[in-house]
Amino acid sequence: MKLKAPETIFSTENFCPGCGHGLASRLIGEVTEEMGISEKTIAVVDVACCSFHIDYWNYDTIMAAHGRDIPTAVGVKHVRPENPVFAYLGDGAAYSIGIAETIHAALRNDNICVFVINNSVFGMTGGQMAPTTLPNQKTATSPKGKDPAKYGTLNIMPMLENLDVAYLARGELVGAKGMNQCKTMIRKAFEKQAAGMGFSMVELLSPCPTNLYMTPLKAREHVDQEMTKFFPLGEFVDKGGNK
Amino acid sequence: MSKELRKGNEALAEGAIRAGCRFYSGYPITPQTEVLEYLSWRMEQVGGTFVQTESELAGINMLLGAAAAGARALTSSSGPGFSLNQEGISYFAADDIPAVIIDVMRIGTGLGDIAQGQGDYWQLTRGGGHGDYRTIILAPDSVQENFDMMAEAFDLAEKYRHPVLVASDAAIGQMVEAVELGEMHEHDINAFDWSVKGCKKGAAPRKIQNISYTRPDYEKFLTDKYALMEQDEQRWESYMLEDAELVIVAYGISARISREAVDIARENGVKLGLLRPRTLWPFPVKAFAECAAAKAFMTVEINILGQMRDDVRLAVGCDRPVEFFGTYFELPEPEDIAARAGAILGKEGK
Amino acid sequence: MAENKVLINKERCKSCGYCVADCPRKALSFSGSLNEKGYNYVQVDDALCVGCGTCYRVCPDCVFEIVE
Repeated sequence: MKLKAPETIFSTENFCPGCGHGLASRLIGEVTEEMGISEKTIAVVDVACCSFHIDYWNYDTIMAAHGRDIPTAVGVKHVRPENPVFAYLGDGAAYSIGIAETIHAALRNDNICVFVINNSVFGMTGGQMAPTTLPNQKTATSPKGKDPAKYGTLNIMPMLENLDVAYLARGELVGAKGMNQCKTMIRKAFEKQAAGMGFSMVELLSPCPTNLYMTPLKAREHVDQEMTKFFPLGEFVDKGGNK
Repeated sequence: MSKELRKGNEALAEGAIRAGCRFYSGYPITPQTEVLEYLSWRMEQVGGTFVQTESELAGINMLLGAAAAGARALTSSSGPGFSLNQEGISYFAADDIPAVIIDVMRIGTGLGDIAQGQGDYWQLTRGGGHGDYRTIILAPDSVQENFDMMAEAFDLAEKYRHPVLVASDAAIGQMVEAVELGEMHEHDINAFDWSVKGCKKGAAPRKIQNISYTRPDYEKFLTDKYALMEQDEQRWESYMLEDAELVIVAYGISARISREAVDIARENGVKLGLLRPRTLWPFPVKAFAECAAAKAFMTVEINILGQMRDDVRLAVGCDRPVEFFGTYFELPEPEDIAARAGAILGKEGK
Repeated sequence: MAENKVLINKERCKSCGYCVADCPRKALSFSGSLNEKGYNYVQVDDALCVGCGTCYRVCPDCVFEIVE
């Protein structure tokens, strides 16, 4: 069996060792190449760590304002409905500053793919807490641990799954099994868009060794053992499928 | 060509349509909501897209996507909503992306009020968002100009790859006047090489991001771009400037009223003139060469702090007084303007 | 001589350890040498490798190509 990295993705240079961004981009590249849509796909990336991809892949790419990738992607899709369009942003962008935009794109069932890289912190800025930071997790702005009495931990899926959307899923960028599941989810998201079925969002749990203050292997374990307790894996909406 | 009666805000909207605008995203706020309401049915007629977004934040950012994809794209707002647009406008300027953003000015700071105002002047002309930029601003003074300036705005935006603002106001927005509607212009979304459209294998992908990240000559690029805009795009209208002893500088609805003030003053032997900036930036500095006879200047503005005075002082070179006639909320009366001008000249001594 | 099933682009390796941990045949190990960026890049023991592709799948940096 031959396996070769997709040509569309040609670098992961500045990501930290073990970072999920390289895992996510490779899967997206594999899917668009296998579907034969790489040359038409337009990407919208958030600032910070997500923004590195603009120099690492061959998609025409817009670096949107922080947290505003989803409406930006919607704008592109309205003007170029024949092009596959995806928004690629972190959990801080999607669920903190940009949560209104996330919810309303789902409410409108806008026909785009959204890939949320959930590392439970604001990474580039130095690892501050986010809505997805776990209770008692130590971060740059919760040095004693995130106080669960003051801040909640947000699992977005229950907020969106009762809206009329095409696809909602969560996978973990951990191990061959996790990677294969994520790839299936990413593929389904692009297929739903191609069929005009609407809003498809895949949240990808991602190791962030630097801001979890762990080695890559420990960070991966943390994602698999601890983060999944708050962010369960699976498909929550699969329009036309079995959910 | 025949004329039709149109409301000011609707003329803005139809002006955009006839200029080839096929994308609008924005949020309701008085006194510009007619722009949305009109486009909510008109866009569909011409095969365009109208989206009422969840906020102005979503509106300006959806606009960025549409414009980056090659469309002639528009948003509109006022007051607090216009403030929410500022981050996005900064991004347009940073990314060298054309778009048109309308501010139908309302009065006041904070919530303010829904009547006409001209208190956004500093925000409009000094770059209301963060960073080293400012935008071209067109200032219509009639329903006809509301219509005509939309095509001008899109042309300028694409010429310089820059966001262009159209600063109308609530009074013009609510007026109904006869308008000559121009021809329908179709725009090709593939007209620009730089717009995102998919990257062929072997080609270099297009990147919409701060131009500063990729241009080693960014400082020269930027100073050249602004020098060109400043040199070539100053627009104004002169009314009785040649022998004017006091020149009123006013735009928008204030200019309409000031023109009448000039006529009243002239009937009473006071040599008044009107310089009407049609671009607020670049400010029509060149026009002041026509004001050699003037002993004084006076801005007429619907605000309290006299925001445009600074630009007139700079243009005049600080060698003649620059007075200010301001009203808050109410429209200025032409008789009052004429009387003040007369008093100023009386003080100056003839 | 064992057949080479896995090509390694050592310059892309950041020594994260995912492949070493996940290889079902324990065919991957750190070479002890540093690449241009200073990372202790991985190497493969062709005798142990069965070309399953796990390393390719779990690598964040597209270090691997499975040729057989």
